[in-house]
Amino acid sequence: MSVNRSRRQTLTKIFAWPLVIGVLSITGLIAALVGDGIWDRVSWATLLLPSVLYVVFLLRPFR
Amino acid sequence: MLMLCITGLPLIFHHEIDDLLHEGVPAAQVPPGSPKADLDLIIRNALARAPEQVPHFLAWDRDDPNTLFVAVGSSITADPADNRFLRMDAHTGAFLDLPDVTGRFTYIMLKLHTEMYAGLPGKLFLGFMGILFCIAIVSGIVVYAPSMRKLRFGAYRRDRPRIVRWLDVHNLAGILLVAWTLVVGFTGVINTWADLVAKLWQYGQLAEMTAQYKDREIPTKLSSVQSAVEVAEQAVPGMVPVFVAFPGSLFTSKSHYAVFLRGDTPVTSRLLKPALVDAETGQLTDTRDLPWYVSTLLLSQPLHFGDYGGMPLKIIWAILDILTIVILWTGLYLWLRRRKPTTVAAPAAARPIDQQAVSS
Repeated sequence: MSVNRSRRQTLTKIFAWPLVIGVLSITGLIAALVGDGIWDRVSWATLLLPSVLYVVFLLRPFR
Repeated sequence: MLMLCITGLPLIFHHEIDDLLHEGVPAAQVPPGSPKADLDLIIRNALARAPEQVPHFLAWDRDDPNTLFVAVGSSITADPADNRFLRMDAHTGAFLDLPDVTGRFTYIMLKLHTEMYAGLPGKLFLGFMGILFCIAIVSGIVVYAPSMRKLRFGAYRRDRPRIVRWLDVHNLAGILLVAWTLVVGFTGVINTWADLVAKLWQYGQLAEMTAQYKDREIPTKLSSVQSAVEVAEQAVPGMVPVFVAFPGSLFTSKSHYAVFLRGDTPVTSRLLKPALVDAETGQLTDTRDLPWYVSTLLLSQPLHFGDYGGMPLKIIWAILDILTIVILWTGLYLWLRRRKPTTVAAPAAARPIDQQAVSS
């Protein structure tokens, strides 16, 4: 788990996950505009994800 | 920016807060599909309650099909910012109440959030702050890379001194929320240009549509509003009226009713289409789609307000807003600590701190 701590990461590695989350957020922002029902649910899920991850990361022990 | 996030938080729920704090006279309970009252009757009833006033706008309540609003001012040229709003029953046509919104908590928050009680200069100033906010976010992304070289994604060094912990808290929330903060920040900036966009439309498309009538004065006797709306509905089938601007008011010419209609999907319900009806003859003059700059403004509104995906989306908006406050607060702390380099005892591993990014 902690192997990366001692190694420098490439830009691609640093931004891979942020990019995925960013694309999901944009999808969610647009989804609720496109339609109701299922589209709203997609929007709720993708936009709630960053906050959930935030809590998970802060509660997870660092190692 | 902190002020904007804090005042913005209650505004997400402005409708619910208003309902909770201010009890309005309820509209008559009618079975669905009941016929609507004649709009001319509604205007007459409204003016009977507002003597010496003239109607500027008639607006349907998006969230409550049972009520309508009639906005009145002391004269047709009076500043619409001073309009008073009479709530009317959509089915019986009766006057319900005349709420004084200016003393409301949500109104004060709105004024602080949009213009800090400083009118257009206040709006443009906040718009400029919004642009700086977006630039700060982008610079935050740039400096995120060097500070994360030796850390994996999502790292939170809980056992380190406060400055390192807060840096991680700042970086993590910042990068997780980056898409949302950029979108809400930028659409907020667009919203500050609303007054300018309205003026641009008035002197652009609206002037074009009414060019041949430009020297005409406001008719002494206006044609029926009810029939103007019917004419507009026939001209633009499948759309429903949102509001009517009276001749001489903002958003129309001196001699036309402007009936604005919307569609019924989430996107098209935001996009309006004006139909201009001659207020002397009652005939349709023209109807066109709004130009791209107005459509951009109208579409940027839901993306800023978060009011387009039901209550869950509003709650998510509030959570993201609170996390943005965390980002700003930790950013401020990191920035202040940078001012006193002697007191910074950050370990070597955390040296490449993203100081520029926290100036927001």
